[in-house]
This record gives sequence, C-alpha cells and structure tokens, in this order.
Amino acid sequence: MYKLLLCWRYLRTRYIALASIISVTLGVATMIVVNSVMQGFTGEMQNRIRGAISDVIFEARSLGGMPDYEMHADHIRKIAGDRIEALSPMVVVPAMLNFRYGNNWITRQVDLVGIDEQSQSNVSDFGKYLQHPANRQAMSFDLHEDGYDVRDHQSVAEEAPERKQMAYAGWKHRREAARIRTFQRQYLRTEKKAPAPSATSPSADPFAGHSVVEENRFDPAQQQHAGAVLGIALTSYRTPEGEDRFQAVPGDDLKLTFPTVGQPPKAVSDSFTIVDFYESKMSEYDSKFVFVPIRKLQELRGMIDPTTGVGRINAIQIRLKPGTDGEAVRDELRKAFPPELYCVSTWRDKQGALLAAVDMETRILNILLFLIIAVAGFGILAIFYMIVVEKTRDIGILKSLGASSRGVMGIFLGYGLSLGMIGSGVGMVLGLLFVHYINEIADFIGWLTGQPVFDPSIYYFHEIPAVVLPWTVFWIVFGALAIAVLASILPARRAARLHPVEALRYE
Amino acid sequence: MSNAEMTMAKTRHDRFAAAGTEHVEHCDQLRTIDLHKSYRKGPVEVPVLRGVDMEVRQGEFLAIVGQSGCGKSTLLHLLGTLDAPDRGEIHYDGRRIDNLPATERDHLRNRRFGMIFQFYHLLPELNTLENVLAPLMIRHGTWSFLSRRRKYRSQAKELLEMVGLGHRLKHRPRELSGGEMQRAAIARALVVQPRLLLADEPTGNLDQSTGVEIIRILRALNLQRNLTIVMVTHDRSIADQADRIVRLVEGRIEE
Repeated sequence: MYKLLLCWRYLRTRYIALASIISVTLGVATMIVVNSVMQGFTGEMQNRIRGAISDVIFEARSLGGMPDYEMHADHIRKIAGDRIEALSPMVVVPAMLNFRYGNNWITRQVDLVGIDEQSQSNVSDFGKYLQHPANRQAMSFDLHEDGYDVRDHQSVAEEAPERKQMAYAGWKHRREAARIRTFQRQYLRTEKKAPAPSATSPSADPFAGHSVVEENRFDPAQQQHAGAVLGIALTSYRTPEGEDRFQAVPGDDLKLTFPTVGQPPKAVSDSFTIVDFYESKMSEYDSKFVFVPIRKLQELRGMIDPTTGVGRINAIQIRLKPGTDGEAVRDELRKAFPPELYCVSTWRDKQGALLAAVDMETRILNILLFLIIAVAGFGILAIFYMIVVEKTRDIGILKSLGASSRGVMGIFLGYGLSLGMIGSGVGMVLGLLFVHYINEIADFIGWLTGQPVFDPSIYYFHEIPAVVLPWTVFWIVFGALAIAVLASILPARRAARLHPVEALRYE
Repeated sequence: MSNAEMTMAKTRHDRFAAAGTEHVEHCDQLRTIDLHKSYRKGPVEVPVLRGVDMEVRQGEFLAIVGQSGCGKSTLLHLLGTLDAPDRGEIHYDGRRIDNLPATERDHLRNRRFGMIFQFYHLLPELNTLENVLAPLMIRHGTWSFLSRRRKYRSQAKELLEMVGLGHRLKHRPRELSGGEMQRAAIARALVVQPRLLLADEPTGNLDQSTGVEIIRILRALNLQRNLTIVMVTHDRSIADQADRIVRLVEGRIEE
C-alpha cells in the first residue's frame, strides 16, 4: 500500500522526473508516427501492386509465349483448381507508343499487354482502376460517348482537383477532333491538293467502302480503331497543385509499334484508339502499361496458328480464392512445369525488391528511434539516482518502520514503471493524434515553410496514407515501459541496499 | 540523580508493575550481553560500544544518558535491530534477535517496536494522518489495508487526538512545529500497538517546555499502557523523568 501511495506522491511532487521522460514521450510518438506512415505507404503500395498484378502469374520465358492457353489452363486447374478463383490469358510485349500532341509526336516506351476484357477483371482489380463507370462495371474496348470521371473516383477526399479535360472525352471529343482535322485538310492544304469533296463528306454507313487497301476511307468521326487502355501517366502530367493535365484523352488515336514473334522479329505498328485510362496509383504501372484486346495483338504479332486458329499467349494470370497461400500454389506450379520454360511468381515476388526495400527502411528507422528511447533511459537512470540520493533519509525511515528492502525497491521500480507509463502513454496519445491529423499537420508545415511537405505530383496519392497497427503500438509502448523499468532497476537496487542507520543519519 | 529521586522512581515503577502485568514482572523484556560495535572511519577503526550489558524490564521507563558520541544512538539502533552488533547478543522476550534474518527483523520492527527520533523522521510527502498510518500500510498489502482502512483511520485519529493533533490530520510535516512533529511521530510509533518504544533524543531538537510536554506524554503512555520505553538523551533533566537511568561511558554501561 505504502508503495503505491509513495509512488503517487513522488509523481506529483517531483516534476524533474517528468522532464526526464519527455524524451521517452517524444520517442514513442515518433515511432508511432513513422511506423504508421510507413505502414500506410507499404499497405497502399501492396494493395495497388496486388490489385494491378493478379495473385500468381504464370509466364512463358520466351517472348513467343506458349502455344495454347486452354491446355495450360486445364493443367493449372488440375493442380490447384480448388484454390483458383479465375484465370486470364495475357500477351505482354515491349512496345513503343506514339501519339500526337499539338504539332508534335510524343513517343513513349511501354509494356503492351494484350488482355481478354471479359476475364481480366476477374483476376485483378483492373476494372476498378478505369475511368468510365460503365467500364468499371463491365470492361469493353469500345469508346463511350462521354461520361468519363471528372473526379478521381478512388480518392475519398473531395480535395482532388477536377480533371476538366475528361468531361469532353469520348465520342464527343473524337467527332470534334475529326471535324477540326477535316477542316484543316480542306482549307489549309487547298493550295497543294485539288479539292476532293467526295473524301470529306462523311458517309452515312460506316462500313460503306471500307476496305483494307483504301485506308483513307476510314472515318474517324464515326469509327474507332481497336481500343487501348492507357496507363494514366502516359499521357498526363500533374501540376504542382495536384491537377492532372492530359495530352490525350479517350477518343484520341495513337500508334503502337512492337515486335512480331517471327525470327528475326520485325517491328509492326498499328493505330489504336484510347478508350479509357488505367489508374492504379502505382506510378510505375500507370506510366508503363497499355492494354489492348488480346486477339488483336495476337493477330498483329502473328501469334495465331493459321491452321487451328489458336492464339499463342505469354502469361496466365491466376486469382486465388481468398485466404489461399499464394506461395504454396506457386511452389506446386513450379514443380509441375519445367522452370526452364515457365516462370511462376506471386505478386509479392514481382515486387519483392521494392517491398523489401521499404521493409528494410522501416526496420532501420525503428532501430534508430528505439535507440533514442534507450538514450532517454539513461536520463531516467541519472534522475532516478538523484531522487534516491535525495530520498535517502526517507528510505531509512521506511526501513525503521519495518519496510523490507524489496518493498523499498518496489517503490522505485513502481515509480519508474509509472513514469514510463505516463511517458509512453502521453507519447502514444500524441503519436496517434499526429497520425490522425497528419495531413493537416503536413499542410500547416507546408504553409509555414512555403515548401509543400507532401507533393501529390510525386506520390500519386492526394494525401499521406497512415495505418495504425494496434500490435505495433503495443510493442512500442511495451518497449518504452521496459526501458523505463530497466533504467530504474539500478537506482532501486541502490535504495534497497541502503543501510538504515546510515540512511537515518543522512542529513 | 539523587538517591531520593531514584527511590521514588523505583517505587513508582514497582507500584505500576504490581498493578499491571504480574506474569512478566520479573522477566527482562530486553537484554543485551556484551555488545560490541565499532565503525570504520577511513583506515581507523573506531570502537563505539565495548561490551554493553543491560536489561530492560517489561513496563520500565529507562533512560540512557551520556555525552554525545558515546554510542547512545548506536546502542538504540542495535536494540531496534536497525544494525547488527560486531559481537554480543540481544535478547527480546527471551529470544535472540540480533542474528535474525532480515525479514524477521523487519517484522519485529513493524509489529513489536515503536521508534521515535530526534529529527522526528516523518515522511515529507505524506500528511500527518498518512504518516501515522505508514507502519500499517507497510504491514498490509493494498487490498488488505484498504479493507481495514476505516478501522485503522479511526485508530490513527484517536492516537493523534490523544497527542493533541486532532486538528492537524491533513497537514504536511513541513507545516507543523517541532513539537507537533514529534507528537505525530509518537502517534506513528504507537499505531502498531508496540510493546517497546525506543526513543532517540526525543526532545533534542525541542525547546524546554515542548520537550517537557513530550516527556509527559511518554510518561503517561508508560503508565497507562504498560509500555516499555528506552530513551536515549543527553539531557539530565529529561532523563530524570525516567524510572531508571543508566549512563553510557566510553561504550560501557555505568549504573
């Protein structure tokens, strides 16, 4: 009883001791903030990687791919059919993207992905990342009239600036662009060419006169090329205010150039029409991927067997049922298919280096911050030593009243524990508050320094993601408590060992 | 002390003893045999006690007098098991106590002995009432103390009223005068209902009249409760109030 009472009284009368635990408080708060933000980033990134990539990817090692999708799919289902939710074929090929912006042609290096629009949304979050609500419901490579999202549908907050250009995207934009081009052709080049009124009048039937040889009969106001879904960062850039500006929107045409499967590979190119944007918010993917219909790509690359009509593919995406161990499925598939020809990997393997780097960063930060708390432990030790010296006489009195050495030690251990509890408790509250208001704080610091802390044009998030894991908080607080108690052991032992007579004589 | 006074004190004591506890009348409650104790001061060993033999009877008020530095306090600390002698034995109720293990000595101090000191030695963080309750808090765990709190509080209040501090329950020691602090210390010593009270210069820091007041309280306790008191003092006039006086000269008892 006296231990509790004295602990409590010492807490209330010795403010210097409270000063010694401020560093514990700050350490705990910082650790919570850092861990939450890192966890937020990691979680966000994992979700996006996972959403962009399916759970397991089964790839052929050669660019030519594997001959038959159905055969491979059957084999895969035989091995892990009970755990597989969906499969989808894929052709992946490096490609070059060209599109016209003003008077310039812009060229980008991309990964061209041929997908099956029906099954693609089953194996990944592909559908969710599209900009047209109808495409999110059921993906289609046909251009929509209009109705593309002006607001970023993935951003919960209202603060994401509007994408004004998207309001005009779709057939509306395509017809308008075609009209302008026709006008240009008609009037600005009249001097060079004789007027050809037949070419300019749009024909009522879009298929009338359509033939392979007469390419110029293709009417951009009425027809589209094969659809292409572009990573949103390929044709857009973000202003420092966080607003997205587009150099091309759905409805515009572009050219893709990629190798055929023949030996040696030849470059072929064809025109596509942008039908939607893909925004996974992983800048790596958003600035790399172009999705086109798999059949079209197989045709262009010469992947279709002329006798059977079966198309070759590069990869099979596998989505597993929830709660399935992806690593186990991967290992089983690896056993079943020769690794010289096939590469099986989970989404985690695909981004292993990145995730490992973030993990490592978090770990090192944690070690450094924990060292700060450990340093604070020495502060506690010093102050506690002083308090024990100051309380020497009281220790003598307690012993003369029959308090045992263990009891006296208990007072100071309890004191250390309660200081640690206050320090880490306040630190925990501060840390959690900081995490809760992290974006407001970032804005405030940005306003104060004139330098934005969090630049949305770099991170593709509009706000700092932060996730508080209760166990992490528990371990941080526990660690801080342990340090406070450890630091009080030495002074408490000293107090316990004081000889009562000398303690009483002490003035 | 004159012979006449001596006799008077003796008579008083005998009368009291006869009225009180017959069964322990001739039993020595506390007895020391050839106590030796020395302290180290750097390389020099300073002997303080050189063979103290004495007995204290149940219900006796004994004063130990001597010049400062003669080892009075050391003797009292040894009696109170706060320190262990280099040689010799201490017996309490016929049982040797100087070589008991620490827990039993703690137990003895907590339940059998009351101690008061020259500098009162109250805990500055606690108020008067809490200071008086401190030995009981030490004795009991939290729950066991809390369950008896009511009883103990009323006991402590009663004691504080008895020593005239009924109006000072919530004051911290620094808000009390020296006499008040010593009275609070006496109440604290009594709250465990001890059978032996060890007083180390209880008036040493008080003015004459306050000192007399304290001694009167001790005397009354000795008479009313049959409490054995061993008091150390250098003040003859204070010592004269005791039943018996022994002198400590150069580490030995001179009756």
